[in-house]
Amino acid sequence: MAEFFLPANSKVGRGRTFKAAADAKHVRVFRIYRFDPDTAGNPRIDSYEIDMDSCGPMVLDALIKIKNEIDSTLTFRRSCREGICGSCAMNIDGRNGLACLNACADVSGDIRIYPLPHLPVIKDLVPDLTDFYAQYASIKPWLQTRTPAPPDGERLQSKGDQERVDRPSACILCACCSTSCPSYWWNSDRYLGPAALLAAYRWIVDSRDEATGERLDQLEDPFRLYRCHTIMNCTEACPKDLNPAKAIGEIKQMMAHRRQ
Amino acid sequence: MSLRSPLGRVLGLGSAKDGTAHWWAQRVSAVALLPLTLWFLVSLLLLPGLDYASVRTWLALPTSSLLAVLLVGSLAHHSYLGTIVVVEDYVHSNGAKLLTLLLLRFAHVAAGVAATFAILRVAFGSPGS
Repeated sequence: MAEFFLPANSKVGRGRTFKAAADAKHVRVFRIYRFDPDTAGNPRIDSYEIDMDSCGPMVLDALIKIKNEIDSTLTFRRSCREGICGSCAMNIDGRNGLACLNACADVSGDIRIYPLPHLPVIKDLVPDLTDFYAQYASIKPWLQTRTPAPPDGERLQSKGDQERVDRPSACILCACCSTSCPSYWWNSDRYLGPAALLAAYRWIVDSRDEATGERLDQLEDPFRLYRCHTIMNCTEACPKDLNPAKAIGEIKQMMAHRRQ
Repeated sequence: MSLRSPLGRVLGLGSAKDGTAHWWAQRVSAVALLPLTLWFLVSLLLLPGLDYASVRTWLALPTSSLLAVLLVGSLAHHSYLGTIVVVEDYVHSNGAKLLTLLLLRFAHVAAGVAATFAILRVAFGSPGS
């Protein structure tokens, strides 16, 4: 059966509290999930009191401040700090998003930060994305053709054709969508998840690609594609405002269309 | 711990090349259920009484018994398609999954046949029984 309760070694305990300086005026509390694989202990929630007068506006600014000034053991992924790399995806105030695009001011009360849901945790806010990337690789995210490329130029595309792949190409593979999907939580070993399916859609609707049929064949599966129950958490979670749910719906329509 | 590559794990047993028929049948039965359910509810509300005699008079009409049998069939089929998805979602051990799917199938066929039989019996039964 699906597990509805955390296993004993995943039960989250209460951790340490790091107090702000006594003269701090605008203090906010960050409650952050901590897990250290090198000690046998359970995960815990550490509390950090931050003086927002000396901290940048975004959640990522606060995390970097904590790591630089308060607790260097706090581990998280980050790179571009402007929503284009997808590294700092995490669960902020109960919603998946990018720490660099979420303002602390938009969260009321304590700011709770957890790793992306339902993935193995490597350390603190760093989840194991191995299978997520393998799912992306499995849909062959590259152009497949039989017609040789024109010798004197690129493969041509109309403006309208380009617009069809424009939005889905903007996916940064942050995994916010897939890890917000209950269907992906219960069946991530067989269901490809919204991110991989959006990527598949991007190549299915590419006018230059000639493997559309094979791509649909590979997706036509009760688990790979049809575990999507149109819950739409993916579209709600996407920090790039993409619509994986609509893409999956269109793939299902193509499946029906090619047999009728 | 398995030494199989992550891609090998994800590709698994390959695509079943199936699922579209189920998806389509679920939508077809849903579309059929819409007018049938409406008809059924409105008919019940319009009945002079809910005693056996008035229900029998209504159900003995060819249109009523025909639509009632269609409603029962669509409902059983739609319910079967929906509940097996729930089992596939949540039951992960192969033995338990197989057993539940079998029981669901039997239960839905039995319920559909029993309901059809009941409708026909009332429709064709004598007014007094």
